[in-house]
Amino acid sequence: MTSTRIPVVEKILDANDQVAQQNRAWFDRHRTFAINVMASPGAGKTTFILKTLELLSAKYRMAVIEGDTAPVTIDSDKVSALGLPVVQINTGGDCHLDAVMLHAGLQSLPLEGIDVVFIENVGNLICPAAFKLGSHRNLLVASTPEGDDKPYKYPNMYRGIDVLIINKMDLMPYLDFNMAYFQQGVEILNPGLRTFPVSAKTGEGMSAWINWLDEVIQQHRQQ
Amino acid sequence: MHELAVTESVLEIALRHANQVNAERVTDIFLVIGRLSSIVDDSVQFYWNMIAENTICQNANLHFKRVPARLRCVDCQMEFEVQDSLSPCPRCNSFHLDVIGGEEFYVESIIVEKEGAAI
Ligand SMILES: Nc1nc2c(ncn2[C@@H]2O[C@H](COP(=O)(O)OP(=O)(O)O)[C@@H](O)[C@H]2O)c(=O)[nH]1
Ligand SMILES: [Mg+2]
Ligand SMILES: [Zn+2]
Repeated sequence: MTSTRIPVVEKILDANDQVAQQNRAWFDRHRTFAINVMASPGAGKTTFILKTLELLSAKYRMAVIEGDTAPVTIDSDKVSALGLPVVQINTGGDCHLDAVMLHAGLQSLPLEGIDVVFIENVGNLICPAAFKLGSHRNLLVASTPEGDDKPYKYPNMYRGIDVLIINKMDLMPYLDFNMAYFQQGVEILNPGLRTFPVSAKTGEGMSAWINWLDEVIQQHRQQ
Repeated sequence: MHELAVTESVLEIALRHANQVNAERVTDIFLVIGRLSSIVDDSVQFYWNMIAENTICQNANLHFKRVPARLRCVDCQMEFEVQDSLSPCPRCNSFHLDVIGGEEFYVESIIVEKEGAAI
């Protein structure tokens, strides 16, 4: 019996990343712009997505994919109530969506004629950061009640995003959230990151986000 | 936690590379995990013992090489490492930092046993 060391050097999540590429190709074939929305539970993902749907519904046809750990349709029902297509993916307790789950979920969402799809990931700041889905943008909804130290504690999440929403700005007067400290952490991890402070509840700050998103979608379509 | 998914992926990679050289047994697996890549705790070992059972990876030892986050201070060029939460430059206290390492997340190598001559 001989013992040999074999070099491997293979990324552990390579298999996931390959399926993510297939998802991306699927979106592109249908000319659908996909946004992966991540956040901790209760940060306001659903509220933010609903507000965005409302503000953009005159211009784009949109759909939502809801990632949930359990077969509870609370979030999906809110999207259905707007008359928009929604698909729920139950992760069966898993703390994140991965590319394979999304791939399966996409089988029951006809993308024909859909311009934009929002993917509400499972509420968690750790795991979704590691699993690419194939979306065109990765978005994080931070919220002021979570505290200003989150970039420092969840660096992988803040490293991997393309746009940051700071939600629940309406609560600032009641919190000791230090915006400068928060943004300093963000700047270390992701210099120049596009950031939009908003209140998904009152609508404050949403127009800057909507204008930016509209621009990004237009640019993407020209490519 | 996503440790089960991670563990399954490690097993798939190890089996594939071991089969390529017709190995009879995998005895060791070396993983490199950067602080900024993904958080993976000791439960990987727990899942490993379950899922590697009845494969040629059964009883293989998992070795974790944990790589700290490496930062460079933009103001004074000091390079330093942080293991847990981000911290300012230890020399000048600046928070103006570049991330230069810590995003690794891969299977580096495996040790296999094979009948007869060296591979
Ligand atoms: N005050 C305030 N509350 C908000 C805001 N956005 C969401 N919420 C509330 O936060 C709670 C959780 O929101 P939800 O959208 O379900 O969060 P999710 O778990 O991330 O999807 C709900 O009670 C929302 O009404 C906001 O901008 N301001
Ligand atoms: Mg929700
Ligand atoms: Zn310095």
